[in-house]
Amino acid sequence: MKKRLFCITIALGILSMLMSAHLFKVTDYPNDDGSAIKLQWDKSILESGHIELYKSTDNKHFIQIPLSSDMTEYVDKDSTFSGNMVFYRLDLKNHAGELVNFYKSSAIPKAQWFNTDKLPLLIILILFSSAIAYYVLSAKQGKELYIRKINGLDAMDEAVGRATEMGKPVLFVPGIMDLDDMQTIAGLTILGKLAEKTADYHCKLIVPVSKSMVLSAAREIVKTAYMQAGHPDEYQPDNIFYLTDDQFGYVAGVDGIIMREKPAANFLLGCFYAESLIIAETGFASGAIQTAGTAQPSQLPFFVASCDYTLIGEELFAASAYLSKDPQQLGSLKGQDFGKLVIILMIITGVILEIFGIHFLKDFFNIS
Amino acid sequence: MNHILPLIITFLAGLLMIVSEFIPHKPFERIVSELEIWFMIISGFAIILGQLSLIKMNVLKIQYKSENWKYCVVTLISFFIMLIAGLLWGTQNQGGIIGSGESLIQSIGSKPFDYIFDNIYQHLMASMFSLLAFFIASAAYRAFIARTLESSLLLISAIFVMLGNTSIGTSLTSFLPENLNFLHLPTISAFIMDYPNLAGQRAIMIGAGLGIIGSSLRIILGIERSWLGGKK
Amino acid sequence: MKITTIDRRWIFLFILIGVGLPLMLPLGFKLEVTPNVQTVYNLIESTPENKVVLLSFDYDPASKPELHPMAFGIIKHAIDRKQKVACLALWPMGSQMVDDVYQNLKKEMPDIEYGRNFINLGYKAGGIVTIQAMGKNLKNVFPSDANGTPITNYSILNSIHTLKDFAWICSFSAGTPGLKEWIMVAKDKYNIPVTGGTTAVSTPGFLPYLNDQNQLTGLLGGLKNAAEYEFLIQRKGTATAGMDAQSVAHIIIIAFIVLGNVAFFVSKKRKKD
Repeated sequence: MKKRLFCITIALGILSMLMSAHLFKVTDYPNDDGSAIKLQWDKSILESGHIELYKSTDNKHFIQIPLSSDMTEYVDKDSTFSGNMVFYRLDLKNHAGELVNFYKSSAIPKAQWFNTDKLPLLIILILFSSAIAYYVLSAKQGKELYIRKINGLDAMDEAVGRATEMGKPVLFVPGIMDLDDMQTIAGLTILGKLAEKTADYHCKLIVPVSKSMVLSAAREIVKTAYMQAGHPDEYQPDNIFYLTDDQFGYVAGVDGIIMREKPAANFLLGCFYAESLIIAETGFASGAIQTAGTAQPSQLPFFVASCDYTLIGEELFAASAYLSKDPQQLGSLKGQDFGKLVIILMIITGVILEIFGIHFLKDFFNIS
Repeated sequence: MNHILPLIITFLAGLLMIVSEFIPHKPFERIVSELEIWFMIISGFAIILGQLSLIKMNVLKIQYKSENWKYCVVTLISFFIMLIAGLLWGTQNQGGIIGSGESLIQSIGSKPFDYIFDNIYQHLMASMFSLLAFFIASAAYRAFIARTLESSLLLISAIFVMLGNTSIGTSLTSFLPENLNFLHLPTISAFIMDYPNLAGQRAIMIGAGLGIIGSSLRIILGIERSWLGGKK
Repeated sequence: MKITTIDRRWIFLFILIGVGLPLMLPLGFKLEVTPNVQTVYNLIESTPENKVVLLSFDYDPASKPELHPMAFGIIKHAIDRKQKVACLALWPMGSQMVDDVYQNLKKEMPDIEYGRNFINLGYKAGGIVTIQAMGKNLKNVFPSDANGTPITNYSILNSIHTLKDFAWICSFSAGTPGLKEWIMVAKDKYNIPVTGGTTAVSTPGFLPYLNDQNQLTGLLGGLKNAAEYEFLIQRKGTATAGMDAQSVAHIIIIAFIVLGNVAFFVSKKRKKD
């Protein structure tokens, strides 16, 4: 009899432990650097009174953590966590403030070496990078790669030639963003090619910039281009100058240059915002042949309306490869096209699956 | 060596940033934070470089009495007035070298820097931005000609969107009953913006995103070197 | 003057008259609230009292006519709903925009009190880098407010340690850094509701973020949406006044487009003949 009672007591004890574990869960916060622990408790606990949460690193001295009354979960972020067990106690008190029940749990905060939430991102990155690498290697081995015509880039020679005949300068505007923007870097790579042409044609090249770091890079690029073209003496560092960081101050400066210098060819290649139309329209009014390129979808319509040639989105990034005709760079363009094909197939597949109520593809790529 | 060291730094930094995106474990998180702080410091110091270039260029033009050198005088005077006003009396929330300019605030209503900012600079900025209103009208007049089928579709969509974004457009079709709400100009405008326009924008963004991946990989792997200022 | 080649200056003159006259003599056109604006309104309406919200002023005086009325409207709405408003700027002029809004709102709202339900944290360079740093520790990035006073002196940010502690974030954005960076960090990384106001020309670029994942919770795009928001909160501000001018300007542009097309077809017919 006594044995039976003892067994029942033990069983009830284990059952209540399991139930309380279900009611108050403490786990390591996933995909972090080991400085957070996730606490969750059942909503039913809140119905009996109000809760107070305590924390301890030695299971003896507990410190209260302030909570809102309606919370059912809490993430304890503490940069002092050092991989040791952390203990939590959830006290349930009635309206008179008397302790009715308490729940205890603990967890060890661990740092993860891989953020599993970003797995889809990694898969896409590996897929696209592999495609680019494959085509670059193919191109290196001598495979012929077809790239369609980009009229704006083919017209660069014509534009510079026109400027030379008219005795007018060429204006290059690399956008208003800093060197950390890929569009600025893409613009500057085209500047290098343009500078070689202006050096060959003995044509003045004016490059007003909006950011100091872009100034340094632009000067270096143009200087090297002139040296490689065999005309180092024609390089004028003062033709590449800083105006202002301010957006509309910059566009006022560029417009002034256009109206005074009357360049015969304008190249607006980089990241632009509201100033795009002001520069483009002023250039149109001055009679220049204009080639613009940006990956800002909101500014493309203005460039299309005001400029003779427009590089849309990825054409700006492809320009450097297109102009250099370097097989390896052209190979990377083919890799990008493969990436586009993959995305198109994924969109079609995803749409079909969604129509049939199958959400796994959408859920898989839902990165939290 | 001139080009090898920057290429190595570019490769390592690029690789580190990509890898740290996937690894939450220390020290990757700390390295990324450190690099972020370094960028903030460099971008602050780089401003000085630009200002020195601006001063040098304008002084040289004045010195050699180049064409339109008088504009350079205006530039430099404006530059130094703002610089001195800000340094001496500070801005709205910060004091300057000689104090907070309480006597000046009493006479002109605010500190000199803020006075010039509020009464000259803000209006100049707004004026430059307002040029867009005029230029969009002249660009639209030139661009929206129904030469081909595509340009006709563009023209019709543009008119619907423009009308739908105005109170006049709302008034023009406000008489329509609920079951014909799809013909309401703002509804048509919203449809054009939310579906065909959005699809086009997303396609451009996807293409640009792929272009950025391609460009970035070319730069990280050293295939593209024109940003360094030279060929291989 | 040939109708086929109208001097641009005539177009400019008509636009000047078309925009200027309605500003002086309001026409009072009717306004209709669009779903994206209603979503922004609902977000603020549904946020409980005493929650702290974050507004980022990522614009300069050039975009003030479009974005300032939005800022007024949203701050007024939030304060009326007993929420606490923390403002910061990722653009250098943004901090002055915050001050301007605060000084003007003080005249209309006796409830607003600096340090209790409103604070200006000032400007911080770095863009997305700053936002990411705020995601880890806000007080490290903004140890003091725009006046240099330690933020621990004010009660408004007592419960705020990182970005995650804000109920929602709103960015008034005229470019980069701006709303896109807030979506990338605050929403995509920390799942904080993000809403925003942008200039009309940038709005199409943000429409993809109004999706099932709620990357953006509503959007105020341009002066029209700012006027709609003023209508919702029953405040007749500069956006409402500007809508008349915008409407007339649009009609003038449409008229010139039609004129241009008529001229094109007439000259095409003449060439055929």
